[in-house]
Amino acid sequence: MSRTRSLAVAASLASATLLLSACGGSGFDDAPAAGGGSGSAGTGQLQVLIGSSGQAETTAVTDAVEAWSSESGTAATVTAASDLNQELSQGFAAKTPPDVFYVSADLFNSYAASGALEPYGDQLSNADDFYPVLTEAFTRDGELYCAPKDFSTLALVINTDLWTQAGLTDADVPTTWDQLRAVAQRLTANGVTGLSTSAEYSRLGAFMAEAGGGLVTDGEATADSQQNVEALQYVQSLMADGSYAFAADLGAGWGGEAFGTGKAAMTIEGNWLVGAMASDYPDVEYEVVELPAGPAGKGTLTFTNCWGVAADSQNKEEAVELVESLTSSDQQLAFAKGFGVMPSLQSAAQPFSQEFPAQAAFLAGADYATAVPNQEGVSDVITDLNSQLEGLETGDPQAVLQRTQTNLEAALKSSGS
Amino acid sequence: MAALTTTSAATPPTPRRRSGSARRREAGAGWLFTAPALALVLLFIALPVLMALWVSITDWRGRGSPFEPGVPVVGLDNYRDLLAGGGLPTQDLGTALRNNLWYVLLVVPTQTVVALLLATAVNDKLLRGRGFFRTAFYFPSVTSSVAITVVFLFLFSASGAVNQVLSWLGINGPNWFADPDGVLHLLLGVVGVDSAPAVLADHGLLGVSWWEWLAGPSVAMSALVLLAIFTTSGTFMLLFLAALQNIAGEVSEAATMDGANAWQKFVFVTVPMLRPTLFTVLTLGLVGTWQVFDQIYTGTQGGPAKTTITPAYLSYTASFTNGQWGQGAAIAFILFAIIIVLTLVQRAVLRER
Repeated sequence: MSRTRSLAVAASLASATLLLSACGGSGFDDAPAAGGGSGSAGTGQLQVLIGSSGQAETTAVTDAVEAWSSESGTAATVTAASDLNQELSQGFAAKTPPDVFYVSADLFNSYAASGALEPYGDQLSNADDFYPVLTEAFTRDGELYCAPKDFSTLALVINTDLWTQAGLTDADVPTTWDQLRAVAQRLTANGVTGLSTSAEYSRLGAFMAEAGGGLVTDGEATADSQQNVEALQYVQSLMADGSYAFAADLGAGWGGEAFGTGKAAMTIEGNWLVGAMASDYPDVEYEVVELPAGPAGKGTLTFTNCWGVAADSQNKEEAVELVESLTSSDQQLAFAKGFGVMPSLQSAAQPFSQEFPAQAAFLAGADYATAVPNQEGVSDVITDLNSQLEGLETGDPQAVLQRTQTNLEAALKSSGS
Repeated sequence: MAALTTTSAATPPTPRRRSGSARRREAGAGWLFTAPALALVLLFIALPVLMALWVSITDWRGRGSPFEPGVPVVGLDNYRDLLAGGGLPTQDLGTALRNNLWYVLLVVPTQTVVALLLATAVNDKLLRGRGFFRTAFYFPSVTSSVAITVVFLFLFSASGAVNQVLSWLGINGPNWFADPDGVLHLLLGVVGVDSAPAVLADHGLLGVSWWEWLAGPSVAMSALVLLAIFTTSGTFMLLFLAALQNIAGEVSEAATMDGANAWQKFVFVTVPMLRPTLFTVLTLGLVGTWQVFDQIYTGTQGGPAKTTITPAYLSYTASFTNGQWGQGAAIAFILFAIIIVLTLVQRAVLRER
């Protein structure tokens, strides 16, 4: 009997510890809320809220902001959000938002429509130097609201060891869809799949662009175009060959994981892959090349964020100055070194490609890349499209795109564009 | 609340001839004692609910207060979009309700039965190490649901422990959290029905065809169902255990004297005496399962193919991710209405006749 009691005591002690640690665990929610909510009220101090990809990015941004602070004499604090959207929402509602913050392209229109963003584009001296495809994403009613922070494009990433093992050489790097099909087939063997990406529009959309299609063309919904159908049918045919698989079907969370673990010999990913490979799979040798051209030529997708300035900020002038400093060519090159993004300025392209020759393919994409449509409500449509794309292997591309077309038309109509 | 019960228990039943002023004083004291709890309830529950109700009839975009002049009032538009619009909001709500309905149908009965069986087992005086088992079964309940969800993500990954065990049995396990196929559709596929009869495919509710309503929980959702049963059975076991210990031993002895065997005693004596607890457990289970959120937020984020979105998660994403606060609040109130109606139905069914 005493033995059972001591067992019970031990067990309940253990559970009590767990309970306590569970309570303590909830504390991590508190810190960012304080950071997001403690907006400035004319204190002359800038609050900068970033959605950081990791310690490297936080450090690089903090350093840059500190350097600007000591030069301009305006104090500024950088906080890395744990959930940027949620913390911004809290700040907007309380009218104490951070002064400067990251805004993702897909949320830009929703924030701008609510009046939360200060349109400061006309105050920027370097506004014309940004890539047009990037500024378009942050322009509403002809007004540039915020400065593109940096950008990424998609490219084809090849595992060089598997490439040579399959008897392929540099001359075999695919430049057309047919060549891509051929090398993917050659690379598919011994449990390795030739090509793998995640099942989403932000990867498969590149094929649509290469076929000459796209979800939105000149403000009109064009999801069910023949070009888009052709693109999805091409992907479907690769899947039928067995040389293309979605990352989830290989038991990986995203294309980079399938690629890094050697389950796939090629993937389609953006600049962020470089950092992920260095930290998670440092031993994998790889090469980045431009995506092969489709029936309508080259195509890729671009992704970007901007530096938002809050309309409710008490220090807008200083905030815009800070943004100008952060988007300057030198500073963006420093960020490129710090955490692997591409500068959003055309004038920084030359120094960037000298510094990072291995990423030339990503940069080359900037010339022909298309942006992911970001009108209000469109991100929901894309989420729905993604859920359909997961079943593409056995699905009907025409039906998937038809459904997206209907949703897209409704979304574009209600967003009034 | 507790204060009120103590005062009324301490005072003898009020004689009718006591003066009105004394009774008023007593009422005043009652209000005074309940004031702190009442203030908390009003401030943190009633008021936010009313505020959310207001938000649900506006097109507030999340900047400044929703009560400022200039916030457009749209009446029932948000509700109409969700329930009768036929567009993406309706389809999403329909899918979320479908997912959650299957989740509730599977989790609530199973966790109640499992909890009752566990409670009966650890109530057995002959069981050695009772304390240990009671603690062990209650353990998942006190662990943070986020931590358990993460562990389950690993267990149910494509090459995870669950699939390893299945492979020993010669079963090629599914890629749990990436498999959007409905379990009922899979079962129907086994007997050769793998496309929808036209009557089911062409008609539907809330933008979701009847065939899709009948898909059953997806494989991913089934893993979450197992997770929910695992974590909450222990909690409800504790409620059943408390109730079981309240049943006097004489009752059981009397039943034995009447010639009832163990099973008959359980079904005809114990379970009927547990009816009030059963009601509590079913109500709490129903409310909890209709509000499932943590597991979705930390685990699947609604995927694969939207088969694990739930109304609570949809409300969150509509508000915080899309900035459609009115729509998010409206979803919350639709969910509220569903829970109230189902609880009332359940009350009617379980009423003692």
